[in-house]
Amino acid sequence: MGSHAEGGSQAAGGGQTQRTQYPYVTGTSVIALKYKDGVIMACDTGASYGSTLRYKSVERIKAVGKHSLIGASGEFSDFQEILRYLDELTLSDHMWDDGNSLGPKEIHSYLTRVMYNRRNKFDPLWNSLVLGGVKKGPKGDEKYLGMVNMIGTHFEENHIATGFGNHLAIPILRAEWHEDMTFEEAVKLVEKCLLVLLYRDRSSINKFQIAKITTEGSTIYPPYSLKTYWGFSHFENPAQGAVGSW
Amino acid sequence: MFRNQYDTDVTTWSPAGRLFQVEYAMEAVKQGSACVGLRSRTHAVLAAANKAASELSSHQRKVFRVADHAGVALAGLTADGRVLSRFLRNECINHSFVYEAPLPVSRLALRLADKAQVCTQRSWKRPYGVGLLVAGLDETGAHLYYNCPSGNYFEYQAFAIGSRSQAAKTFLERRFKGYNDYTPEQLIKDALSAIKETLQGDKLTSSNCTVAIVGRKDDGTIEPFEMIDAKRIQEIIDSMEIAEEAPAVASSMEESSDAAPMDI
Repeated sequence: MGSHAEGGSQAAGGGQTQRTQYPYVTGTSVIALKYKDGVIMACDTGASYGSTLRYKSVERIKAVGKHSLIGASGEFSDFQEILRYLDELTLSDHMWDDGNSLGPKEIHSYLTRVMYNRRNKFDPLWNSLVLGGVKKGPKGDEKYLGMVNMIGTHFEENHIATGFGNHLAIPILRAEWHEDMTFEEAVKLVEKCLLVLLYRDRSSINKFQIAKITTEGSTIYPPYSLKTYWGFSHFENPAQGAVGSW
Repeated sequence: MFRNQYDTDVTTWSPAGRLFQVEYAMEAVKQGSACVGLRSRTHAVLAAANKAASELSSHQRKVFRVADHAGVALAGLTADGRVLSRFLRNECINHSFVYEAPLPVSRLALRLADKAQVCTQRSWKRPYGVGLLVAGLDETGAHLYYNCPSGNYFEYQAFAIGSRSQAAKTFLERRFKGYNDYTPEQLIKDALSAIKETLQGDKLTSSNCTVAIVGRKDDGTIEPFEMIDAKRIQEIIDSMEIAEEAPAVASSMEESSDAAPMDI
Protein backbone atom coordinates (compact mmCIF):
# COMPACT_ATOMS: atom_id res chain seq x y z
CA MET A 1 0.00 0.00 0.00
CA GLY A 2 1.38 3.46 -0.52
CA SER A 3 2.51 4.27 -4.03
CA HIS A 4 0.11 6.25 -6.20
CA ALA A 5 -0.88 5.32 -9.73
CA GLU A 6 1.81 5.10 -12.37
CA GLY A 7 1.80 7.72 -15.12
CA GLY A 8 1.00 7.21 -18.76
CA SER A 9 4.45 5.97 -19.71
CA GLN A 10 3.69 2.32 -20.21
CA ALA A 11 5.83 1.84 -23.31
CA ALA A 12 9.16 0.18 -22.75
CA GLY A 13 11.82 2.20 -24.47
CA GLY A 14 11.36 5.24 -26.65
CA GLY A 15 8.26 7.31 -27.32
CA GLN A 16 5.94 8.93 -24.92
CA THR A 17 2.54 7.39 -24.52
CA GLN A 18 -0.34 9.71 -23.99
CA ARG A 19 -3.75 9.04 -22.71
CA THR A 20 -6.85 11.09 -22.26
CA GLN A 21 -6.38 14.38 -24.04
CA TYR A 22 -10.05 14.57 -24.91
CA PRO A 23 -12.75 12.57 -23.20
CA TYR A 24 -14.72 10.18 -25.39
CA VAL A 25 -17.31 8.36 -23.31
CA THR A 26 -18.51 10.68 -20.61
CA GLY A 27 -20.88 10.70 -17.68
CA THR A 28 -22.68 13.87 -16.72
CA SER A 29 -23.46 15.41 -13.32
CA VAL A 30 -23.23 13.74 -9.91
CA ILE A 31 -25.00 15.23 -6.90
CA ALA A 32 -24.32 14.45 -3.27
CA LEU A 33 -25.25 15.83 0.11
CA LYS A 34 -24.85 15.06 3.81
CA TYR A 35 -27.95 14.14 5.75
CA LYS A 36 -28.75 12.95 9.25
CA ASP A 37 -27.49 9.36 8.96
CA GLY A 38 -24.72 9.83 6.42
CA VAL A 39 -24.28 10.85 2.83
CA ILE A 40 -26.58 10.49 -0.16
CA MET A 41 -25.31 10.48 -3.73
CA ALA A 42 -27.20 10.39 -7.02
CA CYS A 43 -26.61 10.55 -10.74
CA ASP A 44 -28.09 9.30 -13.97
CA THR A 45 -27.04 6.02 -15.52
CA GLY A 46 -26.05 7.44 -18.88
CA ALA A 47 -22.72 7.69 -20.66
CA SER A 48 -22.54 9.78 -23.81
CA TYR A 49 -20.29 9.29 -26.79
CA GLY A 50 -19.92 12.88 -27.86
CA SER A 51 -23.42 14.09 -28.53
CA THR A 52 -24.88 10.58 -28.75
CA LEU A 53 -26.54 9.17 -25.63
CA ARG A 54 -24.76 5.90 -26.26
CA TYR A 55 -24.86 3.84 -23.02
CA LYS A 56 -27.90 3.93 -20.84
CA SER A 57 -27.19 1.53 -17.98
CA VAL A 58 -23.95 2.68 -16.57
CA GLU A 59 -23.25 2.70 -12.83
CA ARG A 60 -21.36 5.85 -12.04
CA ILE A 61 -21.53 5.45 -8.26
CA LYS A 62 -19.64 2.64 -6.54
CA ALA A 63 -18.93 1.61 -2.97
CA VAL A 64 -15.33 1.81 -1.78
CA GLY A 65 -14.35 -0.22 1.26
CA LYS A 66 -16.74 -0.23 4.17
CA HIS A 67 -17.09 3.45 4.69
CA SER A 68 -17.30 5.29 1.39
CA LEU A 69 -19.01 5.90 -1.91
CA ILE A 70 -17.38 7.32 -5.02
CA GLY A 71 -19.25 8.97 -7.87
CA ALA A 72 -17.68 10.19 -11.09
CA SER A 73 -18.50 12.36 -14.02
CA GLY A 74 -16.28 12.68 -17.07
CA GLU A 75 -14.41 10.01 -18.98
CA PHE A 76 -15.81 6.66 -17.98
CA SER A 77 -12.73 4.60 -18.77
CA ASP A 78 -10.68 6.79 -16.45
CA PHE A 79 -13.25 6.16 -13.74
CA GLN A 80 -12.81 2.43 -14.27
CA GLU A 81 -9.07 2.87 -13.91
CA ILE A 82 -9.55 4.79 -10.68
CA LEU A 83 -11.80 2.00 -9.41
CA ARG A 84 -8.98 -0.43 -10.09
CA TYR A 85 -6.54 1.63 -8.02
CA LEU A 86 -9.07 1.88 -5.22
CA ASP A 87 -9.60 -1.85 -5.41
CA GLU A 88 -5.90 -2.49 -4.85
CA LEU A 89 -5.89 -0.02 -1.99
CA THR A 90 -8.91 -1.42 -0.22
CA LEU A 91 -7.80 -5.00 -0.78
CA SER A 92 -4.41 -4.49 0.82
CA ASP A 93 -6.06 -2.54 3.62
CA HIS A 94 -8.49 -5.40 4.17
CA MET A 95 -5.74 -8.02 4.13
CA TRP A 96 -3.99 -6.34 7.03
CA ASP A 97 -6.92 -7.46 9.14
CA ASP A 98 -5.71 -5.30 11.99
CA GLY A 99 -8.82 -3.34 12.86
CA ASN A 100 -7.71 -0.25 10.95
CA SER A 101 -9.58 0.68 7.80
CA LEU A 102 -9.41 3.46 5.24
CA GLY A 103 -12.01 6.11 5.85
CA PRO A 104 -13.47 8.54 3.32
CA LYS A 105 -11.00 11.25 4.25
CA GLU A 106 -8.03 9.01 3.56
CA ILE A 107 -9.45 7.88 0.24
CA HIS A 108 -10.21 11.45 -0.77
CA SER A 109 -6.66 12.44 0.11
CA TYR A 110 -5.23 9.53 -1.86
CA LEU A 111 -7.33 10.39 -4.92
CA THR A 112 -6.29 14.03 -4.69
CA ARG A 113 -2.64 12.97 -4.82
CA VAL A 114 -3.31 10.74 -7.81
CA MET A 115 -5.28 13.36 -9.76
CA TYR A 116 -2.86 16.15 -9.06
CA ASN A 117 0.16 14.07 -9.98
CA ARG A 118 -1.42 13.07 -13.28
CA ARG A 119 -2.24 16.67 -14.11
CA ASN A 120 1.35 17.62 -13.44
CA LYS A 121 2.41 15.09 -16.04
CA PHE A 122 -0.06 16.51 -18.56
CA ASP A 123 -1.85 13.17 -18.58
CA PRO A 124 -4.97 13.76 -16.53
CA LEU A 125 -7.66 11.37 -15.45
CA TRP A 126 -10.54 13.24 -17.00
CA ASN A 127 -13.00 13.03 -14.12
CA SER A 128 -14.68 14.96 -11.40
CA LEU A 129 -14.87 12.60 -8.45
CA VAL A 130 -17.25 12.85 -5.53
CA LEU A 131 -16.21 11.02 -2.38
CA GLY A 132 -18.68 10.59 0.47
CA GLY A 133 -18.73 8.44 3.56
CA VAL A 134 -19.22 7.99 7.28
CA LYS A 135 -16.70 6.65 9.74
CA LYS A 136 -16.62 6.32 13.50
CA GLY A 137 -14.08 8.73 14.86
CA PRO A 138 -12.93 9.42 18.41
CA LYS A 139 -15.71 12.00 18.66
CA GLY A 140 -18.49 9.85 17.26
CA ASP A 141 -19.67 9.24 13.71
CA GLU A 142 -18.05 11.63 11.31
CA LYS A 143 -19.72 12.29 7.97
CA TYR A 144 -17.45 13.27 5.12
CA LEU A 145 -18.17 14.62 1.65
CA GLY A 146 -15.64 16.01 -0.75
CA MET A 147 -14.73 16.26 -4.38
CA VAL A 148 -11.60 16.29 -6.50
CA ASN A 149 -11.40 17.07 -10.18
CA MET A 150 -9.04 16.44 -13.07
CA ILE A 151 -6.73 19.31 -12.23
CA GLY A 152 -6.44 18.31 -8.59
CA THR A 153 -8.71 20.95 -7.10
CA HIS A 154 -10.25 19.41 -4.04
CA PHE A 155 -12.46 20.49 -1.18
CA GLU A 156 -14.96 19.30 1.40
CA GLU A 157 -18.51 20.57 1.60
CA ASN A 158 -21.96 19.68 2.88
CA HIS A 159 -23.26 19.33 -0.68
CA ILE A 160 -21.43 18.68 -3.94
CA ALA A 161 -22.39 18.70 -7.61
CA THR A 162 -20.23 18.10 -10.67
CA GLY A 163 -20.57 19.10 -14.31
CA PHE A 164 -23.78 20.87 -15.12
CA GLY A 165 -24.84 20.28 -11.57
CA ASN A 166 -22.44 23.02 -10.54
CA HIS A 167 -24.59 25.54 -12.34
CA LEU A 168 -28.05 24.07 -12.05
CA ALA A 169 -28.09 22.09 -8.80
CA ILE A 170 -25.79 24.02 -6.46
CA PRO A 171 -28.09 27.07 -6.26
CA ILE A 172 -30.96 24.78 -5.24
CA LEU A 173 -28.77 22.96 -2.70
CA ARG A 174 -27.50 26.18 -1.22
CA ALA A 175 -31.05 27.42 -0.74
CA GLU A 176 -32.60 24.26 0.59
CA TRP A 177 -29.93 22.12 2.27
CA HIS A 178 -29.89 22.15 6.03
CA GLU A 179 -28.18 20.13 8.75
CA ASP A 180 -29.65 16.74 9.74
CA MET A 181 -32.15 16.23 6.93
CA THR A 182 -34.03 12.95 7.07
CA PHE A 183 -33.50 10.41 4.34
CA GLU A 184 -36.86 11.27 2.74
CA GLU A 185 -36.10 15.00 2.77
CA ALA A 186 -32.69 14.36 1.28
CA VAL A 187 -34.11 12.21 -1.51
CA LYS A 188 -36.69 14.87 -2.31
CA LEU A 189 -34.03 17.54 -2.55
CA VAL A 190 -31.83 15.35 -4.70
CA GLU A 191 -34.71 14.50 -7.02
CA LYS A 192 -35.52 18.18 -7.39
CA CYS A 193 -31.97 18.77 -8.61
CA LEU A 194 -31.98 15.70 -10.84
CA LEU A 195 -35.20 16.85 -12.46
CA VAL A 196 -33.79 20.27 -13.30
CA LEU A 197 -30.74 18.58 -14.78
CA LEU A 198 -32.95 16.23 -16.78
CA TYR A 199 -34.84 19.14 -18.30
CA ARG A 200 -31.87 21.35 -18.99
CA ASP A 201 -28.76 19.14 -19.46
CA ARG A 202 -28.76 17.68 -22.93
CA SER A 203 -26.52 14.78 -21.92
CA SER A 204 -28.71 13.54 -19.09
CA ILE A 205 -31.16 10.67 -19.39
CA ASN A 206 -34.26 9.82 -17.42
CA LYS A 207 -32.81 6.88 -15.50
CA PHE A 208 -31.28 7.59 -12.11
CA GLN A 209 -29.59 5.82 -9.28
CA ILE A 210 -29.53 6.98 -5.71
CA ALA A 211 -26.98 5.64 -3.26
CA LYS A 212 -26.55 6.21 0.42
CA ILE A 213 -23.84 5.47 2.94
CA THR A 214 -24.35 5.24 6.68
CA THR A 215 -22.52 3.57 9.55
CA GLU A 216 -24.35 0.39 8.61
CA GLY A 217 -22.79 0.36 5.16
CA SER A 218 -23.58 1.44 1.65
CA THR A 219 -26.71 0.87 -0.42
CA ILE A 220 -27.03 1.57 -4.12
CA TYR A 221 -30.69 1.52 -5.06
CA PRO A 222 -31.90 0.12 -8.37
CA PRO A 223 -32.40 2.62 -11.19
CA TYR A 224 -35.69 4.42 -11.61
CA SER A 225 -37.17 7.30 -13.61
CA LEU A 226 -38.62 10.63 -12.65
CA LYS A 227 -41.95 11.94 -13.84
CA THR A 228 -41.56 14.81 -16.25
CA TYR A 229 -44.07 17.33 -17.47
CA TRP A 230 -44.15 18.43 -21.06
CA GLY A 231 -47.70 19.70 -21.30
CA PHE A 232 -46.83 23.31 -21.88
CA SER A 233 -49.09 25.05 -24.38
CA HIS A 234 -46.14 26.12 -26.50
CA PHE A 235 -45.13 22.49 -26.99
CA GLU A 236 -48.59 21.49 -28.13
CA ASN A 237 -48.53 23.01 -31.52
CA PRO A 238 -45.09 24.49 -31.96
CA ALA A 239 -45.64 25.51 -35.59
CA GLN A 240 -48.79 27.44 -34.77
CA GLY A 241 -47.52 30.94 -35.25
CA ALA A 242 -44.93 30.07 -37.87
CA VAL A 243 -44.87 31.74 -41.22
CA GLY A 244 -44.17 29.63 -44.28
CA SER A 245 -44.31 25.96 -45.08
CA TRP A 246 -42.28 24.91 -42.12
CA MET B 1 28.44 -16.50 23.43
CA PHE B 2 31.26 -18.09 21.60
CA ARG B 3 33.25 -17.96 18.46
CA ASN B 4 32.57 -20.76 16.09
CA GLN B 5 32.95 -21.46 12.40
CA TYR B 6 29.40 -20.44 11.45
CA ASP B 7 29.37 -16.91 12.75
CA THR B 8 31.49 -15.09 10.22
CA ASP B 9 28.66 -13.64 8.18
CA VAL B 10 24.97 -13.24 8.52
CA THR B 11 24.14 -15.36 5.52
CA THR B 12 25.65 -18.51 6.97
CA TRP B 13 23.38 -20.92 8.80
CA SER B 14 24.72 -23.04 11.62
CA PRO B 15 23.95 -26.76 11.52
CA ALA B 16 21.48 -26.19 14.33
CA GLY B 17 19.57 -23.76 12.16
CA ARG B 18 20.77 -20.53 13.79
CA LEU B 19 22.08 -17.30 12.36
CA PHE B 20 24.76 -16.37 14.85
CA GLN B 21 25.35 -12.86 13.56
CA VAL B 22 21.71 -12.06 14.20
CA GLU B 23 21.96 -13.46 17.70
CA TYR B 24 25.09 -11.46 18.36
CA ALA B 25 23.22 -8.37 17.22
CA MET B 26 20.56 -9.11 19.82
CA GLU B 27 23.35 -9.21 22.41
CA ALA B 28 24.17 -5.63 21.48
CA VAL B 29 20.69 -4.66 22.60
CA LYS B 30 21.40 -6.14 26.01
CA GLN B 31 24.44 -3.92 26.35
CA GLY B 32 22.46 -0.72 26.04
CA SER B 33 20.95 0.94 29.07
CA ALA B 34 17.43 -0.04 29.99
CA CYS B 35 14.18 1.10 28.41
CA VAL B 36 10.66 0.18 29.39
CA GLY B 37 7.34 0.58 27.67
CA LEU B 38 3.82 0.03 28.93
CA ARG B 39 0.33 0.78 27.70
CA SER B 40 -3.30 0.98 28.70
CA ARG B 41 -6.23 0.97 26.30
CA THR B 42 -5.81 4.64 25.59
CA HIS B 43 -2.26 5.63 26.53
CA ALA B 44 1.26 4.35 25.96
CA VAL B 45 4.31 5.32 28.01
CA LEU B 46 8.00 4.91 27.23
CA ALA B 47 10.77 5.42 29.77
CA ALA B 48 14.52 5.13 29.47
CA ALA B 49 17.39 5.12 31.95
CA ASN B 50 19.83 7.81 30.94
CA LYS B 51 23.43 6.79 30.73
CA ALA B 52 26.20 9.30 30.22
CA ALA B 53 29.59 8.28 28.84
CA SER B 54 31.27 10.27 31.60
CA GLU B 55 30.39 12.87 34.16
CA LEU B 56 31.53 15.54 31.74
CA SER B 57 29.24 14.56 28.88
CA SER B 58 25.53 14.77 28.35
CA HIS B 59 23.53 11.56 28.33
CA GLN B 60 22.63 9.58 25.24
CA ARG B 61 19.28 10.40 23.71
CA LYS B 62 17.18 7.23 23.67
CA VAL B 63 13.58 8.34 23.20
CA PHE B 64 12.54 9.82 19.88
CA ARG B 65 9.31 11.28 18.64
CA VAL B 66 8.42 9.66 15.32
CA ALA B 67 5.12 11.39 14.65
CA ASP B 68 2.40 13.10 16.65
CA HIS B 69 0.89 9.72 17.35
CA ALA B 70 4.01 7.59 17.84
CA GLY B 71 7.50 7.45 19.30
CA VAL B 72 10.31 5.00 20.02
CA ALA B 73 12.71 4.18 22.83
CA LEU B 74 15.81 2.28 21.86
CA ALA B 75 18.56 0.23 23.43
CA GLY B 76 21.80 -0.82 21.81
CA LEU B 77 23.84 0.97 19.16
CA THR B 78 22.21 4.35 19.38
CA ALA B 79 23.71 5.40 16.06
CA ASP B 80 21.76 2.61 14.35
CA GLY B 81 18.76 3.74 16.38
CA ARG B 82 18.98 7.29 15.11
CA VAL B 83 19.02 6.12 11.53
CA LEU B 84 16.00 3.90 12.12
CA SER B 85 14.16 6.75 13.83
CA ARG B 86 14.72 8.85 10.74
CA PHE B 87 13.33 6.02 8.62
CA LEU B 88 10.26 5.75 10.83
CA ARG B 89 9.68 9.49 10.69
CA ASN B 90 9.90 9.36 6.95
CA GLU B 91 7.40 6.51 6.67
CA CYS B 92 4.96 8.38 8.87
CA ILE B 93 5.11 11.64 6.98
CA ASN B 94 4.92 9.89 3.61
CA HIS B 95 1.75 8.16 4.73
CA SER B 96 0.34 11.40 6.14
CA PHE B 97 1.04 13.17 2.91
CA VAL B 98 -0.93 10.74 0.78
CA TYR B 99 -3.73 9.84 3.19
CA GLU B 100 -3.85 12.83 5.58
CA ALA B 101 -4.14 10.34 8.41
CA PRO B 102 -1.67 8.82 10.90
CA LEU B 103 0.05 5.59 9.93
CA PRO B 104 -1.40 2.80 12.07
CA VAL B 105 1.20 1.61 14.58
CA SER B 106 1.07 -2.04 13.56
CA ARG B 107 1.91 -1.09 9.98
CA LEU B 108 4.74 1.13 11.19
CA ALA B 109 6.17 -1.72 13.23
CA LEU B 110 5.88 -4.03 10.25
CA ARG B 111 7.80 -1.70 7.95
CA LEU B 112 10.54 -1.44 10.54
CA ALA B 113 10.66 -5.20 10.93
CA ASP B 114 10.86 -5.75 7.17
CA LYS B 115 13.72 -3.28 6.97
CA ALA B 116 15.54 -5.15 9.74
CA GLN B 117 14.92 -8.48 8.02
CA VAL B 118 16.65 -7.31 4.86
CA CYS B 119 19.85 -6.93 6.83
CA THR B 120 19.68 -10.53 7.91
CA GLN B 121 19.62 -11.81 4.37
CA ARG B 122 22.32 -9.85 2.53
CA SER B 123 25.94 -10.85 2.75
CA TRP B 124 27.14 -7.28 2.41
CA LYS B 125 25.03 -5.94 5.27
CA ARG B 126 24.93 -6.40 9.01
CA PRO B 127 21.87 -6.47 11.25
CA TYR B 128 20.95 -3.26 13.06
CA GLY B 129 22.32 -3.46 16.59
CA VAL B 130 19.40 -1.80 18.28
CA GLY B 131 16.11 -2.93 19.79
CA LEU B 132 13.21 -0.51 19.58
CA LEU B 133 10.13 -0.14 21.68
CA VAL B 134 7.58 1.45 19.36
CA ALA B 135 4.69 3.10 21.17
CA GLY B 136 1.80 4.80 19.46
CA LEU B 137 -1.87 5.52 19.13
CA ASP B 138 -4.21 4.75 16.26
CA GLU B 139 -7.88 4.18 15.70
CA THR B 140 -7.79 0.83 17.50
CA GLY B 141 -6.24 2.30 20.63
CA ALA B 142 -2.76 2.51 22.16
CA HIS B 143 -0.09 0.01 21.11
CA LEU B 144 3.38 -1.05 22.15
CA TYR B 145 5.64 -3.12 19.92
CA TYR B 146 9.14 -4.44 20.39
CA ASN B 147 11.21 -4.63 17.21
CA CYS B 148 14.41 -6.61 17.47
CA PRO B 149 17.42 -6.84 15.15
CA SER B 150 16.27 -10.18 13.83
CA GLY B 151 13.30 -8.58 12.10
CA ASN B 152 10.82 -10.07 14.54
CA TYR B 153 8.33 -7.92 16.30
CA PHE B 154 5.65 -8.53 18.89
CA GLU B 155 2.99 -6.51 20.51
CA TYR B 156 3.22 -6.08 24.26
CA GLN B 157 1.21 -4.77 27.16
CA ALA B 158 4.51 -3.94 28.86
CA PHE B 159 8.13 -4.74 28.14
CA ALA B 160 11.68 -3.84 29.08
CA ILE B 161 14.93 -4.09 27.12
CA GLY B 162 18.57 -3.32 27.71
CA SER B 163 20.92 -4.06 30.56
CA ARG B 164 19.36 -5.20 33.83
CA SER B 165 16.00 -5.21 32.09
CA GLN B 166 15.16 -8.53 33.70
CA ALA B 167 14.56 -6.75 36.99
CA ALA B 168 12.15 -4.40 35.27
CA LYS B 169 10.44 -7.27 33.47
CA THR B 170 9.91 -9.09 36.74
CA PHE B 171 8.33 -5.97 38.18
CA LEU B 172 6.08 -5.55 35.14
CA GLU B 173 5.09 -9.20 35.06
CA ARG B 174 3.58 -8.81 38.49
CA ARG B 175 1.49 -5.84 37.53
CA PHE B 176 0.69 -5.81 33.83
CA LYS B 177 -2.74 -7.48 34.08
CA GLY B 178 -4.38 -4.29 35.29
CA TYR B 179 -2.67 -1.94 32.84
CA ASN B 180 -5.53 -1.70 30.34
CA ASP B 181 -7.51 0.32 32.84
CA TYR B 182 -4.66 2.37 34.31
CA THR B 183 -4.80 6.13 34.16
CA PRO B 184 -1.90 7.89 32.45
CA GLU B 185 -0.48 8.92 35.84
CA GLN B 186 -0.47 5.34 37.07
CA LEU B 187 1.28 4.21 33.89
CA ILE B 188 3.97 6.85 34.34
CA LYS B 189 4.52 5.80 37.95
CA ASP B 190 4.87 2.17 37.01
CA ALA B 191 7.27 3.07 34.20
CA LEU B 192 9.43 5.00 36.65
CA SER B 193 9.30 2.15 39.16
CA ALA B 194 10.35 -0.29 36.47
CA ILE B 195 13.31 1.94 35.52
CA LYS B 196 14.17 2.20 39.19
CA GLU B 197 14.50 -1.59 39.34
CA THR B 198 17.17 -1.44 36.65
CA LEU B 199 19.22 1.19 38.44
CA GLN B 200 20.06 -1.29 41.16
CA GLY B 201 20.59 0.90 44.13
CA ASP B 202 21.25 4.20 42.39
CA LYS B 203 18.73 6.83 43.27
CA LEU B 204 16.10 7.57 40.66
CA THR B 205 16.05 11.26 39.80
CA SER B 206 14.72 13.24 36.88
CA SER B 207 18.24 13.57 35.51
CA ASN B 208 18.83 9.87 35.04
CA CYS B 209 15.59 8.97 33.29
CA THR B 210 13.45 10.14 30.39
CA VAL B 211 9.70 9.54 30.13
CA ALA B 212 7.37 10.10 27.19
CA ILE B 213 3.66 9.55 26.79
CA VAL B 214 1.09 9.46 23.99
CA GLY B 215 -2.63 8.89 24.29
CA ARG B 216 -6.22 9.81 23.78
CA LYS B 217 -8.34 11.43 26.47
CA ASP B 218 -11.86 10.26 27.22
CA ASP B 219 -13.40 13.10 25.25
CA GLY B 220 -11.53 12.03 22.14
CA THR B 221 -8.79 14.67 22.03
CA ILE B 222 -5.36 13.34 21.23
CA GLU B 223 -2.42 13.99 23.51
CA PRO B 224 0.49 13.91 21.05
CA PHE B 225 3.70 12.04 21.76
CA GLU B 226 5.73 14.19 24.08
CA MET B 227 8.59 13.93 26.58
CA ILE B 228 7.55 14.81 30.08
CA ASP B 229 9.63 17.64 31.44
CA ALA B 230 12.16 17.03 34.18
CA LYS B 231 10.38 19.10 36.79
CA ARG B 232 7.21 17.06 36.52
CA ILE B 233 9.14 13.78 36.55
CA GLN B 234 10.85 14.86 39.76
CA GLU B 235 7.46 15.70 41.29
CA ILE B 236 6.15 12.26 40.39
CA ILE B 237 9.28 10.56 41.74
CA ASP B 238 8.96 12.53 44.98
CA SER B 239 5.32 11.57 45.37
CA MET B 240 6.22 7.93 44.80
CA GLU B 241 8.89 8.07 47.47
CA ILE B 242 6.55 9.67 49.99
CA ALA B 243 4.04 6.91 49.34
CA GLU B 244 6.74 4.28 49.91
CA GLU B 245 8.12 5.83 53.07
CA ALA B 246 4.79 6.37 54.78
CA PRO B 247 3.88 2.70 55.41
CA ALA B 248 7.56 1.94 56.22
CA VAL B 249 7.58 4.56 58.98
CA ALA B 250 4.31 3.23 60.39
CA SER B 251 5.57 -0.35 60.59
CA SER B 252 8.85 0.60 62.29
CA MET B 253 6.90 2.45 64.99
CA GLU B 254 4.82 -0.61 65.63
CA GLU B 255 7.88 -2.77 66.14
CA SER B 256 9.36 -0.49 68.79
CA SER B 257 6.20 -0.62 70.85
CA ASP B 258 6.29 -4.42 70.97
CA ALA B 259 7.92 -6.15 73.90
CA ALA B 260 11.65 -6.62 73.55
CA PRO B 261 12.67 -9.95 72.07
CA MET B 262 13.36 -12.55 74.66
CA ASP B 263 16.96 -13.10 75.57
CA ILE B 264 17.87 -16.63 76.22
